[in-house]
Amino acid sequence: MDDTMSKQGSLMRPNRRRLMAMGLSGGAAVWMGPKLGWVGTAEAATPPEKPTGQAVIGMSQEPTVFNPLMLHIEVDEGVYFNLFSPLWRPGPDGNLIPDLATEIPSVANGGISEDGLTWTIRLRDNVKWHDGTPFSAEDVKYTIELINNPDFRAGRRAGHELVRDIQVVSPTELTWKMAEPYAPYPAILSWTFIVPKHILEKEADPNTAAFNNAPIGTGAFKWVERVPGDHITLEAHQDFHGDGPYLERIIFKYIPDMTVLYTQFQTGAVDYTGIQGITPDKYEEGKALEGRVVQTVPQPFIENIAFNTGLPVFQDRAVREALLYGMDKQSIIEAIYYGLPTPTESFLPSQSWAYNPDLPQHEYNPEKARQILEEAGWVDSGDGIRAKDGVRLEFTNSTTAGNTTREQAQQFLQQNWLEIGAKMNISNLPPAVMWGEYWMMSKFETAMVGIGFGIGPDPDATDFLHSKSIGAKGGAGQNTTQFSNPEADKLLEEGAAVTDQEQRAEIYKKLQEVTRRELPYLPIFQYAMVQGIKAGLENFKPNFAVQENCWNANEWYFSS
Amino acid sequence: MGRYLLGRLGQNLVLLWLVSMIGFGVLYLAPGGPLSQFALVPGMSQEDIARIAAQMGLDRPLPVQYWEWFTRLLTGDWGRSYRDSQPVLHVIGSHLWATLELMIAAILIAVLLGGWIGVMGAIRRYSFFDYLATIGAMVALSIPTFWFGLVTIYIFSVKLGWLPPGNRYTVGDGSFWNYLHHLIAPALVLALVEVAIWSRYMRAAMLDVINQDFVRTARAKGLPERQILFRHALRNALIPMITLAGLQMPTLLGGALVTETVFTWPGMGRLFLDSLGYRDYPVVMGILMFTAVMVLLGNLLADLLCAVADPRIRLD
Repeated sequence: MDDTMSKQGSLMRPNRRRLMAMGLSGGAAVWMGPKLGWVGTAEAATPPEKPTGQAVIGMSQEPTVFNPLMLHIEVDEGVYFNLFSPLWRPGPDGNLIPDLATEIPSVANGGISEDGLTWTIRLRDNVKWHDGTPFSAEDVKYTIELINNPDFRAGRRAGHELVRDIQVVSPTELTWKMAEPYAPYPAILSWTFIVPKHILEKEADPNTAAFNNAPIGTGAFKWVERVPGDHITLEAHQDFHGDGPYLERIIFKYIPDMTVLYTQFQTGAVDYTGIQGITPDKYEEGKALEGRVVQTVPQPFIENIAFNTGLPVFQDRAVREALLYGMDKQSIIEAIYYGLPTPTESFLPSQSWAYNPDLPQHEYNPEKARQILEEAGWVDSGDGIRAKDGVRLEFTNSTTAGNTTREQAQQFLQQNWLEIGAKMNISNLPPAVMWGEYWMMSKFETAMVGIGFGIGPDPDATDFLHSKSIGAKGGAGQNTTQFSNPEADKLLEEGAAVTDQEQRAEIYKKLQEVTRRELPYLPIFQYAMVQGIKAGLENFKPNFAVQENCWNANEWYFSS
Repeated sequence: MGRYLLGRLGQNLVLLWLVSMIGFGVLYLAPGGPLSQFALVPGMSQEDIARIAAQMGLDRPLPVQYWEWFTRLLTGDWGRSYRDSQPVLHVIGSHLWATLELMIAAILIAVLLGGWIGVMGAIRRYSFFDYLATIGAMVALSIPTFWFGLVTIYIFSVKLGWLPPGNRYTVGDGSFWNYLHHLIAPALVLALVEVAIWSRYMRAAMLDVINQDFVRTARAKGLPERQILFRHALRNALIPMITLAGLQMPTLLGGALVTETVFTWPGMGRLFLDSLGYRDYPVVMGILMFTAVMVLLGNLLADLLCAVADPRIRLD
């Protein structure tokens, strides 16, 4: 049902870029509901001739890293999308949109060879760096080589490590070889921002280069200044190769407290509430604000209960299944999360092309849960808590301390599970502790956690679900539930090696069936966030595949 | 005097060294680390995190890390921030002015207003004004700053629209009036508590002096009341205030965490909290050392000033 609704949604959503090119549209975007998306109205409003006005993007975290290849957090990527360009960017439907490249390489267009090993990238010829130097294939080569430079503190290296023998054919074309076929690589390249060779090659140490605090990119906006702890200002890049920019300036304003962020949005000091947006309890109030558009936007994160299947109590699948039956998911979503997120059975967001809509639907049935446990031999040990062979059905649940919404959900679950004879104790930890060794090395018992399993828009979840990714067993990955399933391993390996999208979708749909059956994680819901924009800010497009919804600020403008 | 100063300086250096060791130890031994927040960043693998830890030198034994940090500090190199890879002193410097601006405004209000209330309260002890000031001070001290700040924003920014809802200035408008307009609300909110503190101290100090023999003598000489109060009594009552001011100096530069958060003021308090949350060790250690120096300097300065102001105090 979810799937059909979102398909209708995409039919109703006009392709604004195309309409604009034909000079037909340009009306104000109006939100039609969570499943229908933003829809243009008939009101005529066209982007200004030359960049005009400014947009203030309020963020509750501070962007601090401006070399896009270095270790950074989500909030930094909002700045990157405006300052730099990747070869292609992820679109709101999960498909890739060419940016610096003229096309997405595939076997069909000859960009990727049949065996998936030889790649050819064709680039635009009209791209200029902010300092006026023409962009070329040399920059792409330099970027990938810098990521693989052992002395450089690159953030993510996955995928890039497989690239060999990069050859620049002409300023607009380059080729490389892959050590092995790796299907998620296009998705990884969609968040790999290209950096200027002519600037960085002169630096002795790229980790401390002046560039890192005065970046030069090919994006729609160029660097003006950063006032630490306060804001970052970017201004329009007139020679931008894509659509826009229509705004003269964009300002990323750091407002650490979310209540204060909302107040500043209310008074008009902030035009868009970025990153964590608006707290769910302000949703109803925000919708009633005059001159503001406040709505939910989908996020790729799945909230779930992660089991440490290395513990005896969770090795029995019956326990995991019974706990799922004993969880009143709908009440958690309605009563604690204000009904904003959508319930899910999968580890993938429903917008993904690999999402499986036909998984068994969850039902809250404590009677069934008790029955499953009885049948599996988990019987009352005398105090109302079940036990089997000396193992009590008692465990701790941990999450980030201070996250009050999650704490409420935990208390609710505690009640839910007590009713079926399972005792859950709450033990929360500060973030730096919770997500350190405690999580990575599987020292927790159960955790309440929101995870984006895929790699951006790509459904590859090897890092979380493959048995070679178990940190506690010496693996390099985040399979912290210690989920070890030969069928899942095989599907993950196939999915990463096959390049055809339809074939891959089938593989990942099967994988979702496996995880729904084996339940290393109990899926609760897919996150939706409340974000607000000032009415009249055109072309705001929520995108589940990016970390921050100002990914297309080059197309933004004010209609009034 | 010279010997006294030298002794104090030596003492302080030993203290600073101890502070650095304890601070470093506690910070590094606390669970978690600068890289744990990256665990949930999409696409980051455990492999990436281990590689970066090695590149940053975080995998070495603690004493080795301390020794390297400490010897570098002695040569004037405070290290670089993990968050934005800027030199630590630059990071501190870029937040210091915002804090100084806010603090000087607040302290100025506090000293003038608090001092006046305190003196008036002492002179007209148990009068209506004195009771009002006493109750007012109790209320001001009990109101949580966070709540008071939000209420101020709600009334004056959201409802009335007179004052901006925080920030140090409007981006793109760097005029003096713009800065001043933004300064009013946070300075008043911060000053509220300070006024209460200063008025209580001032009242107590003034009362103490008014009842002393030399004031009675001055009265007996037939000096005008004005001259007695402001030339003789107030001057003596100010001596304990110097100590208070010395103790306040580190707060002046350390920043006001809550006020800075409510009014999105990019000062030292928030820098410290952000750095701590991020486990940005070089900056946290930098702020710790900086604050320690300020505390010691503040105390030393207060002692010296007391000696200058009060001839009865001799330092040797």
